[in-house]
Amino acid sequence: MMDFGTPVLEPGSANGTKQVPQFNPYQDNGGTVASIAGDDYVIVAADTRFTLGYSIPTRKISRVLKINDKVMLGTAGMQADTCALHKVISTRMRMYEHDNNKRMTFNAVSQMLSTVLYYKRFFPYYTFNIVAGLDDKGEGWVCGYDAIGSFEQRKIVCNGAGTKLMQPVFDNQVDWAQSWDGAGKPNLSLEQATDLMKDAFTSAAEREITVGDTLQIYKITKDGIQLEEFELKKD
Amino acid sequence: MESMSERSGGFSFDNVARNHVLEEKGMKMPKAAKTGTTIVGVVYKDGVVLGADTRATSETTVFEKYCEKIHYIAPNIYCCGAGTAADTEHTTAMIASKLELHRLDTGRQSRVTTCLTMLKRHLFQYQGHVSAALVLGGVDLHGPHLYTVYPHGSTDALPFVTMGSGSLAAMAVFESKYKDDMTLEEGKQIVYEAISAGIYNDMGSGGNVNLCVITKDKTEMLKGYAKENMRPWRKSTPYTFPKTEVLTSKIDKPRTDISVVVESEKMEVSAS
Repeated sequence: MMDFGTPVLEPGSANGTKQVPQFNPYQDNGGTVASIAGDDYVIVAADTRFTLGYSIPTRKISRVLKINDKVMLGTAGMQADTCALHKVISTRMRMYEHDNNKRMTFNAVSQMLSTVLYYKRFFPYYTFNIVAGLDDKGEGWVCGYDAIGSFEQRKIVCNGAGTKLMQPVFDNQVDWAQSWDGAGKPNLSLEQATDLMKDAFTSAAEREITVGDTLQIYKITKDGIQLEEFELKKD
Repeated sequence: MESMSERSGGFSFDNVARNHVLEEKGMKMPKAAKTGTTIVGVVYKDGVVLGADTRATSETTVFEKYCEKIHYIAPNIYCCGAGTAADTEHTTAMIASKLELHRLDTGRQSRVTTCLTMLKRHLFQYQGHVSAALVLGGVDLHGPHLYTVYPHGSTDALPFVTMGSGSLAAMAVFESKYKDDMTLEEGKQIVYEAISAGIYNDMGSGGNVNLCVITKDKTEMLKGYAKENMRPWRKSTPYTFPKTEVLTSKIDKPRTDISVVVESEKMEVSAS
């Protein structure tokens, strides 16, 4: 975890060289967000476990923000920064709609989030984001971000605590990453993608202690957004 | 460097000074598996009930989902371990070995206080560097005994005890539900509830509940007393994986024209 505490001289320390951090403004509240994009859909999944050290203050917290009926934002990391970021994004989104008299597109949202994150380059939001949505042609896409606004548009992204366990599975099953010519690469249906997502989170919950409780799966299609809730392990 | 034959006992500290220098230069030392655990024990009417969860972790990764944390010490003594997995396993195994020899020597049943003294002396000698937090329970000629042993060597004797990262959750159950002279069923139930509190409310604990009931006449291990937290769901359709196309193939057969003849001498069996 990054530490931006102001270093102060510890009273009584020999020759005044020992420095200790005074205050750590960051905390890790866990959480994993993932998204699989298809030709005419995109699904966004996030677990609802909110962690603090070895404790679980609540088992039901939402990490996903609905931007409009084609774009969603999922955020893992520190919950206070998640709330602050979602508030800024909501406000900026509304200002955009009033200024331009139209809804924000997937590309507009993904670029705006990058700008908002980089604005706090030297005191970052401790958040790991994904933006998922349908583009102008109705095709599904997802962007993955680091904490300070570097991002990439892909078909499959996951971010947060369970990434190390889940990303290799997705690379293999969705991107067919181990095939040198991509022969036989599957074109997953919405149902197949949802099943893969459930299985990935179920497996992650077996081996990563910060993943668990409930999985929220938002399915974005041309007909709008549908939420499915799926139970994970509670231990 | 001290040679093996010169050392009279205890651990090897050969690399301590070297590692200290390397650590100051920024080398990261390897992480040991910790059992971020819930372990408990309670005295009931006829003996002692010990309980443990089954999760072993390294940071936030689950190392082992169904490990055994109730260790054998003697037929009438068992010990639950929390802390560094290697320390709890080796410390209890070492004491178990010493007590076995002691029993062969004396022909008497081991006493729980003997075990307690040996444990606390060992842990105090290593000044807390052997990170074993233990719940020791057993029944001997003086009746049921239940103790906690802290990594620095201090001990407590109490009618109900908890240890590990889930100890607060488990103690909350004991503090609200414990009563003196419980029956066997009441004893097992309160231990199950205490361990469950740890499993669900402490992320360092998880998996199943293991129990151990020790009475004057017998000891019973109940592994998977509650088989909870099994994998809840699995994708029904099978996985398919990318295949790399085989471009050429050439198979070299092993040579069969080589034979190895070993001339062996007859082993000497009689001492002359």
